Amino acid sequence: MNIGLFIPCYVDQFYPHVAIATLQLLEKSGLKVSYPLQQTCCGQPMANSGFEHLTNPCSTNFIENFSTFDYIVCPSGSCTLHIKDHLHDEKHPVEAASIRKKVYELTEFLTDVIQLKKIKARFPHKVGLHQSCHGQRGLKLSQMSELVAPAFSKPESLLQMVNGLELVTLDRKDECCGFGGTFCVNEEAVSVKMGKDRVADHIRQGVDYITGGDMSCLMHLDGILRRQKSSVKTIHIAEILNAG
Amino acid sequence: MGSREKILAAVKTNQPPLSPLPSNWQGSKHTTNLKEQFIQTVTNIGGLVIEVNSVEEIIPAVKDKFPETTRIVNLLESPKPTGASLGDPHEFENVTIAIMQGQLGVAENGAVWLTDKQMGDRVLPYICENLVLVMKSTEIVPTLHEAYERIGSSDYGLGTFLAGPSKTADIEQSLVLGAHGPKSLMVYLLP
Amino acid sequence: MNDTLKNHATLAEKFNRDIPRVDWHDKTLWFVREKRDKAANQIPDWEKLRETASQIKNNVLSNLHDYLVEFENNAQQNGITVHWASTPKEHNEIVHRIIQQHGVEHIVKSKSMLTEECGLNEYLEHQGIEVVDTDLGERIVQLAGEPPSHIVLPCIHWKKEEIGELFHQHLGTPKGNADPQFLTSAARAHLREHFLHSKVAITGVNFAVAETGEFVVCTNEGNADLGVQLADVHIACMGIEKIIPQRKHLGIFLRLLARSATGQPITTYSSHFQKPRAGQEMHIVLVDNGRSERLGSEDFRNALKCIRCGACFNTCPVYRRSGGHSYHTAVAGPIGSILAPALDMEKNADLPFASTLCGSCTNVCPVKIDIHDQLYKWRQVLVKNGHVTRGKKFSMMSMRFLLSHSSLYNFSGTLGRWVMRNLPSLVNNKFNPWYKQREMPQAPAQSFRSWYLKNKQHGK
Ligand code: SF4
Repeated sequence: MNIGLFIPCYVDQFYPHVAIATLQLLEKSGLKVSYPLQQTCCGQPMANSGFEHLTNPCSTNFIENFSTFDYIVCPSGSCTLHIKDHLHDEKHPVEAASIRKKVYELTEFLTDVIQLKKIKARFPHKVGLHQSCHGQRGLKLSQMSELVAPAFSKPESLLQMVNGLELVTLDRKDECCGFGGTFCVNEEAVSVKMGKDRVADHIRQGVDYITGGDMSCLMHLDGILRRQKSSVKTIHIAEILNAG
Repeated sequence: MGSREKILAAVKTNQPPLSPLPSNWQGSKHTTNLKEQFIQTVTNIGGLVIEVNSVEEIIPAVKDKFPETTRIVNLLESPKPTGASLGDPHEFENVTIAIMQGQLGVAENGAVWLTDKQMGDRVLPYICENLVLVMKSTEIVPTLHEAYERIGSSDYGLGTFLAGPSKTADIEQSLVLGAHGPKSLMVYLLP
Repeated sequence: MNDTLKNHATLAEKFNRDIPRVDWHDKTLWFVREKRDKAANQIPDWEKLRETASQIKNNVLSNLHDYLVEFENNAQQNGITVHWASTPKEHNEIVHRIIQQHGVEHIVKSKSMLTEECGLNEYLEHQGIEVVDTDLGERIVQLAGEPPSHIVLPCIHWKKEEIGELFHQHLGTPKGNADPQFLTSAARAHLREHFLHSKVAITGVNFAVAETGEFVVCTNEGNADLGVQLADVHIACMGIEKIIPQRKHLGIFLRLLARSATGQPITTYSSHFQKPRAGQEMHIVLVDNGRSERLGSEDFRNALKCIRCGACFNTCPVYRRSGGHSYHTAVAGPIGSILAPALDMEKNADLPFASTLCGSCTNVCPVKIDIHDQLYKWRQVLVKNGHVTRGKKFSMMSMRFLLSHSSLYNFSGTLGRWVMRNLPSLVNNKFNPWYKQREMPQAPAQSFRSWYLKNKQHGK
């Protein structure tokens, strides 16, 4: 199985340790993983701002980098969703379609494709899981609180396997954190208020860490926590699953 | 071209290809005790259900409940023909209690179906201060689907599902009974 | 987007200057969302019910022409007069004409989002006719000279103390009394007078049944019924999309409507108006106002399935924290944000951006409108039509340039990290909206790519 590692541009630049954890986690499971060096951004920030028509160069570049892999794995629900929903290329329609099918967010890849049953990780802390909307409602990584349907959660099932980890229950289990791409600056007031409320929910449950599958949401929550000088830290789920 | 023609023409041009109606879905059938469920639901929405054995018990029971009552309109005693008004609707302004029949009840939502036939005057169930409905417990159906099956294609003039007393929660979501219509609703259930 | 126009972000920022109020607003609406969840969970087939409702509405849109004609025929046979209006202006004129024919100067009106959309109150008041909104929440905002901030809970942004003060000024209630029970009874007495003295009553329409020519109006207060049954003339105003095919379909929609709206199993009154009572005049005004045109748009026609339950408002994390007036349209919230740009793209270009695209609205919608996908699609349309600020467009263009040239991107990324590490004041300043209330991410010394090159591709 040949895995292509798709690292969102801001993770590459600001959170290299998340990418490293993802890579190591996949390698630990005995997978052959490579990181195509010419990858850039998937185009999601532009598309969500209404500039989907300008993302063609991004799409072409993405296809050139990733079309040869069996699976493409990405430690971000949001970027994965964008590729799944919006990767189109007039010159390479077949490749684009095939990529849309073989791109996976990290946790769903672990639970659904390689069906991980055991994780050798230890993280003796109280942890709150932030369900990022694009992963949760877009990729359906967990059941959505709005629906009348049986509960499940892919990231939660992985966290449950981690030694010493105590997962808390939030008052609002899948409320949006307010990051929302350019929303976080265009609608600064509401974005920050949403983030503060999300952080407060986790703090009420006494967490040491807030984790999640999307660094963009965590970056936003982290910015708020640090401004509040809180002792609560954010950590990407790949780092927990790769811990100890 | 008048607006009617203009609108219809535009609709005709722009409507998408025919998408079929879904099959006649009625939902899963309930197995619960319909009467129990009805009583519980009406109570939850601010009403009161009282079981009695005969119509004769009702008037004394109502008078007992509302000793201060000044004006009762009792349609059980003097039913009026369909749609007919008892007079100027404004005359009912001071009715403290109106008593009328309910046609059928819905267990799932506590609503009672009433039409012109039962209302006497259309304003009565809305203008009275307290409304008393009388219904047979055999007339309770599980959900609205069965209710509409019963109603069928009947001609009723005005029909209404009436569920509990008039209410509002417009002020800070605090529930207040008796917004504009009846402040209380009682359903007397006959066997 | 013209900055002098009303803008959601600016209005939302104003709303957020009073944080305790934002918290209160958010909690109140979340409470309604929770009630909705509880009510939905009592129906095991809830998702099937939504799917069925959605399919019925799809059928309605695909056969609207015939249903409208069928409805008109049946309504006429029932003794109802049917009017057609292409525009809000025409709608208002029709209503005005009917009122004039009866020589009336005071009318009562129950809740109708359509009349809000058409600006009926303003129009009639201009003609010297006093319109009294009889829904308690609507009366409150009317006395305050404001539009409703929510389609189901019009004064959800008002605190009881403020309502107490408003009633003290307008209805003469004792100063300082803010008890909801007391205030409601004061409003009851005040509005009862209006009910008793109005010869014309206007209502909205929740559903109109093609098969029978009847229409259904749902309220909890009984204000629509009381108004109509004491009046000589009943005028019901509806958008042409409110049609449903058959009476039995009401079973589907009425099971969904109140549960989605407030978590009640059904509204107190669901009145089916089939025929006018003896001696009463009953009119229906069917309004288009852009609906027939929207029907032709594959991407956006679904918004016409809306049954105005308000569930998407209550669940929306942005609406709860920005208030209905920040949407500066008759219908606020997520559904308003996809309806408004069709009516005026320039004025409402900001609304599709007033969302994080979290998708919660789509999940609660009882008729399964793809609200958040439409928000995304509107963004594309608005950008293509030039309705975004120059500054934003410019930065997007430069972003495109950067991202499509990966070598340049790597260079500028390195530079960016260097700047953030060594000259933090260049980014951490008041011109950076991120930094205002959030710390910037801490820039690491090297990117993943550099790490990878050193550690994994060594010697290649
Ligand atoms: S869009 Fe859906 S959820 Fe929102 S008001 Fe309309 S029907 Fe209700």
